[in-house]
Amino acid sequence: MAARVSRRSFLAAGGVLIVGLGLDDLGGKRARAQTVPGADRFLGKPLAPDAVDSFLAVHADGSVTVFVGKVDIGTGGRIAIRQLVGEELDIPLERIAMIEGDTALTPNQGATAGSYGIARGGVQLRRATATARQALLTMAAQRLGRPVGDLEVADGVVRAKDGSGSVGYGDLIGDRAFNLKVDGAAPLKPPDRFRFIGKRLHRPDLPAKVRGHHRYLHDLALPGMLHARVIRPPAHGATLVSVDEASIKGIGGARVVRIQRFLAVVAEREWDAVRAAGALQTKWGAGTGLPDHAKEFEAMRASRVVRDQEIAKRGDLSALSTPPPGTRPLAATYRWPIQTHGSIGPSCGVADVRADRATVWSSSQNVHGFQTTCARVLGLERDRVRVIYMDGAGSYGPNGADDAATEAALLSKSLGRPVRVQWSRQEEHGLDPKGPAQLLELRAAVDKDGDVAAWETQAWLPIATANLPNIPLLALDAAGIPQTPGRSTGLIYQNVDPPYSMPNVHAIVHWIPDAPLRTSAIRAPGKVANTFAVESFVDEIAALARVDPVEFRLRRLTNPRGIEVLRRAAARMGWQPRPSPRPADRRAAVLTGRGIAYVHYKHEETLVAMGMEVAVERASGRIRVTRVVCAQDCGLMINPECVQSQLEGNIIQTLSRALHEEVVYDRDRVTTVDWASYPILTFPEVPALEFELIQRLDQPPLGAGEAASTPVAAALANAVFDATGVRLRTVPFRPDRVKAALAGRS
Amino acid sequence: MAKLTLKVNGGTREVESDDPDIPLLYVLRDDLGLTGTRFGCGLAQCGACTVLVGGRAVRSCIAPARSVVGQDVITIEGLGSPERPDPVQAAFIAEQAAQCGYCTAGLVMTARALLAHTPRPSEQQVREALAGNLCRCGSHARVIRAVLRAAAATPRGR
Repeated sequence: MAARVSRRSFLAAGGVLIVGLGLDDLGGKRARAQTVPGADRFLGKPLAPDAVDSFLAVHADGSVTVFVGKVDIGTGGRIAIRQLVGEELDIPLERIAMIEGDTALTPNQGATAGSYGIARGGVQLRRATATARQALLTMAAQRLGRPVGDLEVADGVVRAKDGSGSVGYGDLIGDRAFNLKVDGAAPLKPPDRFRFIGKRLHRPDLPAKVRGHHRYLHDLALPGMLHARVIRPPAHGATLVSVDEASIKGIGGARVVRIQRFLAVVAEREWDAVRAAGALQTKWGAGTGLPDHAKEFEAMRASRVVRDQEIAKRGDLSALSTPPPGTRPLAATYRWPIQTHGSIGPSCGVADVRADRATVWSSSQNVHGFQTTCARVLGLERDRVRVIYMDGAGSYGPNGADDAATEAALLSKSLGRPVRVQWSRQEEHGLDPKGPAQLLELRAAVDKDGDVAAWETQAWLPIATANLPNIPLLALDAAGIPQTPGRSTGLIYQNVDPPYSMPNVHAIVHWIPDAPLRTSAIRAPGKVANTFAVESFVDEIAALARVDPVEFRLRRLTNPRGIEVLRRAAARMGWQPRPSPRPADRRAAVLTGRGIAYVHYKHEETLVAMGMEVAVERASGRIRVTRVVCAQDCGLMINPECVQSQLEGNIIQTLSRALHEEVVYDRDRVTTVDWASYPILTFPEVPALEFELIQRLDQPPLGAGEAASTPVAAALANAVFDATGVRLRTVPFRPDRVKAALAGRS
Repeated sequence: MAKLTLKVNGGTREVESDDPDIPLLYVLRDDLGLTGTRFGCGLAQCGACTVLVGGRAVRSCIAPARSVVGQDVITIEGLGSPERPDPVQAAFIAEQAAQCGYCTAGLVMTARALLAHTPRPSEQQVREALAGNLCRCGSHARVIRAVLRAAAATPRGR
């Protein structure tokens, strides 16, 4: 049963507003510079990640403000963090205000990435809160003249159990500092006393989002602010030859700003900036050229290798090199294309740069990292730059947000006024850093008993640059501002080896130096493609051995939590054991089948089993996904509703990636620059979704933001194989490709 | 400098623009402060900017403001109130049918237009009606449930 946290009571709770709630209820028509009214009274507070005061303040009225370095990009952190804090302090959630992602106010908890928002950020905050609780109990013991063991807490009031006295948190510490280090050993509340943890509470930010009152970064308007559009070269690496400033003379107030090759138009009104960007006449030289997209995977396979990295090595591969009699070899190549984040709102950035300081508003998932970058770019000390997170459209890794904010900062510095940069759809699709292509070749030897005598994974992946301070930013290259060149990808080598007991397994990554386009992490970086390859290949082996795919996996799983998710998914599906493919009339107009896939994320975090049912239309090659069952064990779920919401997102987004998405470029630039050329999954295509969520109240949280995206493509490909007997190994599974594969078979 | 008189959310608003083709979206967001209507693509491909014009769902990013003169324009801010929330908005909250929420206003407005002419849609009709609205976080299943819930909660003839 879902409970609600009322917005009104949040507002009444204390002096501080909640990040992200509608500001116009306070009478202002537009969002203000200070995105959390009242927040600046905390300026100068501690920020060290080992100090309790960095994470929370208890006010005289007993309300609490928490300061969170991780940000809620739509995942539910705004309720889950409150559940953790309310639990440990025993205070109603309405009395907790939250400030997130502000380099002047929140401790640096690292980027919001890797599914660690709760698993690391939340746990860190919980420990700080538990430390505070112990301190408050000690203070109360002194005040009441009773030992701590005789005290209990309810709704922020400490009472002697015998009723002889009580004192509120506000009276004990009211707005004073704790001056304590976070005690990693401070006792956490035991699960049998949980009041908030594990409850499906509603998110406080949704009413304003649904009513249209939620203020996004894109809505921020500062006094004197100019609207800017950046003018991009028509070809990758092209040099600016000339600009005809007279070409925008007729557009009221619009003017050109040029810093070397970095070119922008600014105007008082946004539409005038848009118009000017379209009207401005420019001449550019030739580009430096992009490689041939049609040969992308061939080029990866033929590439120079910077170094090889052994991810797994046990036993030997002699069964592959000198197969014993009766051994059957199997080999397959899997290809995953370049894909884009596809945020629904293109990136935006707002900056107010003064001579001696700067404030930047960004939807960056890494405000603290960006603070360092921004300080370097502007030539300011780090503590003279304040970066404040505001919600953008959902991001699933670093999209264009840091670029847009950097561009706003450069323009603001140049113009001496606040500047807002809004990217176009074409910029976001064309220029945001992409998830790189991945190429995997797998080989196995299956012995006469159907056992896997040897397994080999080889992956060709673009190498990330060690200690890269930031993803190279477009504007810095254009403006001639030095930056460290290199590449960021996320940990794309994980899960290239199978999660099963097999005696002889080698998995190796061939790190290659180049990728055609700028790269960054995209949700579950690398592991979406790696799990696609590994779990498809497991299915190929099971089919060769004529063993049911669920049974094949269960026989080789030793992790009891892994076994449980697989069993739960199969049971929920009503799985009928039999080998794939399904015996059926392959000439039928519609072929149906089911598939399964399993992952132990990063081999040490969340466990997911995913079953899928599909219908394949033979004439068109169209795949309809009709049902997805997801069983997940992510340890402790603070808020199962938010966890499920993340799983829905993982499944739908990755189905979209697997069925539709591929970034294409010609020799000059990306050509998939809108939703027509880069389509994503639409409402009519969304399957029925069913969940088996395993709550582990006594276990640490393992993260829910990414893991369930990784088995999606394999479960889909395995279901298509079950239906058709045809194996899809190259993403996306577009109808033309499926149709060709079906034709090839017959 | 052309003057336009618009009827927005039940009130009359005057705006000025020296471009006769200024899209409604920029008038709403920048001149009238109605920022709940969102810029997503500027190409009428994603639906984030959807508003109601004369009860029909219209993509404000490509509709010239002058084309809606004389017609009733309703934006997300013009639906319901905290005291009497629109059934579609109430249902979105009940189903927790948003993550980042950037596409939400467009979805709510599109659903509103659907329910105005089809008060009891089938699930298939809901899906088809929302086919032109994109969501990237993956809230689709909840959104579909929310629209059906809103339909069930709306008295006939409303």
